[in-house]
Amino acid sequence: MTSAKISLLSKVLLLLITALFIGSLFVPMWQIELNAPQYPEGLVLKLHANKIGGDVDIINGLNHYIGMATLHTENFIEFKILPYIIGGLGAISLLIIFIAKRKAVLFFFITYIAFVVLAGVDFYRWNYEYGHNLDPNAAIKVPGMAYQPPLLGYKQLLNFGAYSIPDTGGWMLTAAGLLLLTVVIKEYDLFKKKK
Amino acid sequence: MKNKFVKAVAVIALGSAFMTSCKPKSSGDAVSGDAAQKAYVAPGKYDEFYNFVSGGFSGQLSVYGLPSGRLFRVIPVFSVDPEKGWGYSEETKPMLNTSQGFVPWDDLHHTEMSQTNGEVDGRWVFGNANNTPRIARIDLKTFKTAEIIELPNSGGNHSSPFITENTEYVVAGTRFSVPADYSNGDVAINTYKENFKGHISFVKVGKEGEMDLAFQIVTPGVNFDLSHAGKGKSHGWFFFSCYNTEQANTLLEVNASQKDKDFIMAVNWKKAEEYIKAGKGKKQSVKYAHNKWDEKTHTAKSEIKTEVLVLDSAELKDICYMIPCPKSPHGCDVDPSGEYIVGSGKLAALIPVFSFDKLQSAIAKKQFEGDYGGIPVVKYEAALHGEVKKPGLGPLHTEFDGKGNAYTTFFVSSEVVKWDIKSLKVLDRVPTYYSVGHLCIPGGDSKKPFGKYLIAYNKITKDRYLPTGPELAQSAQIYDISGDKMKMILDFPTIGEPHYAQAAPADLIRNNGQLKFYKIGENNHPYVTKGEKESKVVREGNKVHVYMTSIRSHFAPDNIEGIKLGDEVYFHVTNLEQDWDVPHGFAIKGADNGELLIMPGETTTLKWVPKKVGMYPMYCTDFCSALHQEMSGYVRVSPAGSNVPITYSVGTNLPATK
Repeated sequence: MTSAKISLLSKVLLLLITALFIGSLFVPMWQIELNAPQYPEGLVLKLHANKIGGDVDIINGLNHYIGMATLHTENFIEFKILPYIIGGLGAISLLIIFIAKRKAVLFFFITYIAFVVLAGVDFYRWNYEYGHNLDPNAAIKVPGMAYQPPLLGYKQLLNFGAYSIPDTGGWMLTAAGLLLLTVVIKEYDLFKKKK
Repeated sequence: MKNKFVKAVAVIALGSAFMTSCKPKSSGDAVSGDAAQKAYVAPGKYDEFYNFVSGGFSGQLSVYGLPSGRLFRVIPVFSVDPEKGWGYSEETKPMLNTSQGFVPWDDLHHTEMSQTNGEVDGRWVFGNANNTPRIARIDLKTFKTAEIIELPNSGGNHSSPFITENTEYVVAGTRFSVPADYSNGDVAINTYKENFKGHISFVKVGKEGEMDLAFQIVTPGVNFDLSHAGKGKSHGWFFFSCYNTEQANTLLEVNASQKDKDFIMAVNWKKAEEYIKAGKGKKQSVKYAHNKWDEKTHTAKSEIKTEVLVLDSAELKDICYMIPCPKSPHGCDVDPSGEYIVGSGKLAALIPVFSFDKLQSAIAKKQFEGDYGGIPVVKYEAALHGEVKKPGLGPLHTEFDGKGNAYTTFFVSSEVVKWDIKSLKVLDRVPTYYSVGHLCIPGGDSKKPFGKYLIAYNKITKDRYLPTGPELAQSAQIYDISGDKMKMILDFPTIGEPHYAQAAPADLIRNNGQLKFYKIGENNHPYVTKGEKESKVVREGNKVHVYMTSIRSHFAPDNIEGIKLGDEVYFHVTNLEQDWDVPHGFAIKGADNGELLIMPGETTTLKWVPKKVGMYPMYCTDFCSALHQEMSGYVRVSPAGSNVPITYSVGTNLPATK
């Protein structure tokens, strides 16, 4: 069982992980839901790998009251490179099926974790930027108030409640990460050692 | 002496107690315990039905919810509405054009929803103009009047806008016979019998709803009152009630009430179509307006048409047949099966019910008692299914519940009476407050009624609500008719004067692809401004076109100079918003016109002719946002011949620094 070659089951899981990475490119990754008394139907910002979707025009229309900059896909380099990164991760997963070494699996898992951390830091940085860098001539100025959406979870921003959670693509990547962890555990017999 | 007095007092007291106990229950007692619960629609919940109620002399169409009786919207149709700019904006003015020119008011009596296979389909509502004869079509995707067609050769379009079971035709019938437009109208009024003619109109309805006056049938001069199409087996026939077969031209109250029976005219319109194909129609020269709203240019166009095809009912013997009907018939209603035709003589104390099968057999066997102006008159008994005996006094209108029952309103005895169509037995009666005219059951004149509620629309209000001086709201009552007995559950005031109304399940209309806003990309208005950068002011002689945008919370431009006395200024305002329920308004001081209410993505134009030199504020009239009060601007008006150049801007016209 300590053979460096990975099992058939792990290969199948890696193939599945590839499919999840590639599939996530076609659906929104993340969503920020906004609710206010005037918007009983809610507004939603959909972050895809390559663009901002959802009610972005309506949200941009509202942002000027608090002096928040408007959101445009072309202002974020992330939307240009993210599809390649995610596609690349999918390709790596596929490649490992052929390399079939468990060290490669571990390396891939560490890379994945690094990607998630980096993406999180980047997302936080942009949230901070948009939430704090406000036009001093804005009509609504609340001393000490920033409009940084939460990284994950719920936060009240004036009349809007913002709820930031993964969308379909985000859940697919989460599933990919969990599967990858399963492969690592299986190949390194982590549970067996504990026993 | 004292004893006698005491006795007398006792007798009087007893007598009055007896009298009181015999007096009918007051209206307050007519409501049963759970009424409030049945009419209650909790906050945030939706009603079960949309109710499209004619506005009568308001000329508009009101939209209520059932069973709550809540008013949602008043759709301007035949009357100007300064609040919505209807008839005031340059784009809507052509909608109210007629062969008589711009007509700012009319009297909308009846509504009829479009049908497919005899069932309400939720696409359009039609409405009639009773004064200057017209039919309007209201689009239920936008709740906006989309088309109005005028009817030549007519005086008062009352028996309208009833439709055939697949909305092939919407009909009209002249209430006041007049000399035809294609003949000399300058004749003595007392030559009614020779010179006055009736015309009924068949207006073809296209796939997209577009109306086209296909043909008219000329009849002897009478007053056509109401109508309904046959359905199912009687599809292909139309039934019109008529009164004043005496052909009186003065004091109709007496002179048109002489005959024991007037008529219901049965029209075989399929036969009429055959005659048209065979070339039997005569082209007559007339003038009528046809006005259409264009959803893409947000603008109406009015076209004057000059020809109509007329069929002669006396010459072509087998199109029209007269069925005698007692005492100046008013309502003319066909049951869901299409077999029974209910005529309501408004001065009668019975309701005749005719049978379509018997009518067909009477026609085949030529059971005629003579003719009326060349139209065969079928023998009353030969077409009669039977009479509802002693139902009440003054029957007016009948609707159906789809369970074999008919419900007829009685104006004089102020009640609704439920009776069995087949056995003609009276089953139940409830009072109305007061003197009911029309009634409505959702789908109640279609093949598929939703027999849950009945609404009575009354003519007299008196003490129903808190008084408001001499002029009162009209009153309506909702009854639960799901059980054997009718139960009043709500009493609500209405706008204008409601006549006929229609209702349909809410989901049918909510889910018909209703529009939330207009897409700015599809706006083809000739003066559209698709972004603030395109906003401008252009002078063409003394005409000045302002290409203006509105978005929360400013206009662009909002500073305009260089307007001179004698200029005609056209504000073409485009609402740039692309979200539901964000209209903007536009008003400017001194406009001898209405305001504009501009829906998201729409362009609307207000014409403004300043009359004095000075500074004119303009502002948004619809509270659009937290900074709505800031949504304003100025227009500077200089004397004629002034040298002030045209300038315009938003946000940049700052005070000069020293």
